[in-house]
Amino acid sequence: MSCSAKAQDSKLSELNRFMDALKGLSRSESNLIAILHKVQELYGYLDRDAMDEVAATMNIPTAHIWGVATFYHYFKLKKPGKHVIAICLGTACYIKGAGEILEKLKEELKIDIGGMTSDGLFSLEEARCLGACGLAPVMMIDGKIYGSLTPKKVSEILQGYRKRSSGE
Amino acid sequence: MIAPLDILKKKRSEALDRIHSKEYLSVKRVHVGMATCEIAAGSKEVMDIFLQAAKSGLTDVCVSQKGCAGRCNFEPTVEIMEDGKVPVKYCKVTPEMAKQIVERHLKKGEVIGEWADNGKLKHPEKERFEEGHLCGKFFQVFGDVDFFSKQMRIVLRNCGIIDPENIDDYLSVRGYEALAKVLTDIPPVQVIDTVKKSGLRGRGGAGFPTGIKWELTARQQSEEKFIICNADEGDPGAFMDRSTIEGDPHTVIEGMAIGGYAIGSHRGIIYIRAEYPLAVKRLEKAIADAKSAGFLGENILGSDFSFDIEIRLGAGAFVCGEETALIHSIEGHRGMPRPRPPFPSVQGLFDKPTLINNVETWANIPVVIIHGADWFNSIGTQKSKGTKVFALAGKITNTGLVEVPMGTTLREIVYDIGAGIPGNKKFKAIQTGGPSGGCLSEEYLDTPIDYDSLAKAGSIMGSGGMIVIDEDSCMVNVARFFLEFTQNESCGKCAPCREGTKRMLEILTRITEGKGEEGDIEKLERLGTMIKKASLCGLGQSAPNPVLSTIKNFRAEYEEHIKDKKCRAHFCPSLLEYTVTDKCVGCGVCKKACPAGAITGVLKNKHEIDKNKCVKCAACYKACKFNAIARV
Ligand SMILES: Cc1cc2nc3c(=O)[nH]c(=O)nc-3n(C[C@H](O)[C@H](O)[C@H](O)COP(=O)(O)O)c2cc1C
Ligand code: SF4
Ligand code: SF4
Ligand code: SF4
Ligand code: FES
Ligand code: FES
Repeated sequence: MSCSAKAQDSKLSELNRFMDALKGLSRSESNLIAILHKVQELYGYLDRDAMDEVAATMNIPTAHIWGVATFYHYFKLKKPGKHVIAICLGTACYIKGAGEILEKLKEELKIDIGGMTSDGLFSLEEARCLGACGLAPVMMIDGKIYGSLTPKKVSEILQGYRKRSSGE
Repeated sequence: MIAPLDILKKKRSEALDRIHSKEYLSVKRVHVGMATCEIAAGSKEVMDIFLQAAKSGLTDVCVSQKGCAGRCNFEPTVEIMEDGKVPVKYCKVTPEMAKQIVERHLKKGEVIGEWADNGKLKHPEKERFEEGHLCGKFFQVFGDVDFFSKQMRIVLRNCGIIDPENIDDYLSVRGYEALAKVLTDIPPVQVIDTVKKSGLRGRGGAGFPTGIKWELTARQQSEEKFIICNADEGDPGAFMDRSTIEGDPHTVIEGMAIGGYAIGSHRGIIYIRAEYPLAVKRLEKAIADAKSAGFLGENILGSDFSFDIEIRLGAGAFVCGEETALIHSIEGHRGMPRPRPPFPSVQGLFDKPTLINNVETWANIPVVIIHGADWFNSIGTQKSKGTKVFALAGKITNTGLVEVPMGTTLREIVYDIGAGIPGNKKFKAIQTGGPSGGCLSEEYLDTPIDYDSLAKAGSIMGSGGMIVIDEDSCMVNVARFFLEFTQNESCGKCAPCREGTKRMLEILTRITEGKGEEGDIEKLERLGTMIKKASLCGLGQSAPNPVLSTIKNFRAEYEEHIKDKKCRAHFCPSLLEYTVTDKCVGCGVCKKACPAGAITGVLKNKHEIDKNKCVKCAACYKACKFNAIARV
């Protein structure tokens, strides 16, 4: 078995363990959203095969599962890039010029919100208030928050990621 | 049987022993802010310096974390507490400064005056809090800081004061005493009566009297009832609930347990946004700690009351903050609202009677119980009691979390607490209530903050978002920003909200693009009024508010956009005018960049832009290396 297939396998068994623990509970189908969170935590997005597994194990129709999944913005339906950039478009950031930062990101990455760069290095998402309004405008890359942004700072930050990735 | 209150007292004294044995308080205690906001500002690195110092020989110092006290623009913050001394508050601490604080303050006892923020003011309310008052500790620590001089901390009483991940710390500030007290000798009806008499109203937005909701739920006959804490905090510029949970999670748990006892429920659920991982983590730990200490679970504190709490994560849908949508989401469905009645109090989660309150509402409960309805009732205005927490942000010097008694004016928040607008800019508007609220102009600054006055002025109290807007923002665009948000978040169940907001957004976008037409304002007003009346849930019913309130208070700006094609804030790109200034050296770069062929000129001579051909794409502005293109 190849390395990545093994990794897939261990993800699937962790997902199954998670579901097994819930299956016995009363009203277990109410935990669907928790299960979707688990899938996304494991795979980075809602992987199709994993979703089929959820349908089979929890005995919930696939159509219902996707109906729920697509209702919530938090769930990603496509595999994200290596680095996920979330630009805050909350009110405080908007007032402090998030629009300009978003323009700069789109221009540098040549993608729109929801897109991924052709090299797979970055994907771009929007967020609503990252809880750092005091540092607005802000963006988050893979969980790290960058504050008091200017278009120039954005270029430098992206450049840093690109350099590190080509050096790897 | 030992009374719950006696069990609690024993637990508290054990907790205090543990605290003292760790030499907490007995010597020097260093508090480093470790909330999401603080960490974003770099507090982890600062924490590491202190931890390292403690490891390598600083034995008389106890390093501990705290939630956020709400001073966003001063983060990371560090407090040094010593028995019998006024705590020293250090602001904007860098790792370099932390090293110096270790060397000079902790080792040599020298307070580094220029980094400390100890104000000259004495908190006017400080005297009101006798020894041991739940809300008194805050003022002992922060009472001399100007930012807090007009604040009163009931909900946030422990935020920035205790280590949120240490239940002993919570016990040391009389934590779980209110729960023990009701279990000892206050029957459920009397608890409800106290909440009713306190005048507490829901802090999640609508301001419904909390006691009445409790009474209604208590009256239902049912084997099973639920308690829900709404921690969805959907307003995209607000962080009160997150900070409350990150700074003092046990308060919310205690409030919910008291609610469960009052209405006869054994199961509580906290519905919290997935976007708040740290708050979720702190809640998980607090629930586990409360369980092992006997404040949750079977037979709490030896009584016959049992109560448990579980966490359910949201998944990024604003409409799920609405109570019936939230209930659908917990049930594992799409978060669509349904018509009320039946209200959740009668038919809620899994069709059982359900009491749902906001985080801030729950956090008030222990104080109401300990200090009584009369005390709580003495704070605030006639119809709005207690305090309200606001997340103050935007164009304001002191951004942060503020908690003020009801009746405080907007002006006091903006100028006394917020210290005004930075950069000599002019105040233009204050926005409360987020996407459901409105924008008030300068003439409303003396409006006292309470549910009714804000509604009368044309905005709402909302859940606590408060954004200050200066002359650089365009009010038409602000309205567009909020409407774009609600339009995007509309669940699509009913046509007025789904289609109506789309129409309104189209018109607003047209106006900001310089394509506004005579009659657009009236069209917006008509659509807005219709959507408010005909929508099924609060999202649609309030979505037009930002537009209607800006039309009411800033109509001239709309008219300028439509008639004169001008944006006085120079914010709307399509309404800017591009001209070539005398800095032009005639390099010709802009001419090549212009997609509209609007630029003419010969090399080495000043170029010109033909206003009639220019499509305002800004390509020339970005291309010119000599800053020779002006846009106004
Ligand atoms: C669109 C919409 C979003 C809402 N979002 C929230 C929210 O994020 N948090 C909250 O506590 N209440 C929110 N509410 C209000 C809830 O429906 C409900 O009134 C509240 O949780 C009741 O608690 P309270 O009485 O303590 O305020 C929202 C309502 C609507 C219509
Ligand atoms: S008003 Fe909007 S959000 Fe509410 S039910 Fe109707 S479409 Fe859905
Ligand atoms: S790019 Fe600038 S300097 Fe060059 S011609 Fe255009 S305005 Fe003049
Ligand atoms: S703004 Fe665009 S269209 Fe107008 S002159 Fe400059 S480049 Fe040409
Ligand atoms: S609005 Fe961007 S961090 Fe709060
Ligand atoms: S100080 Fe914590 S929210 Fe800003």
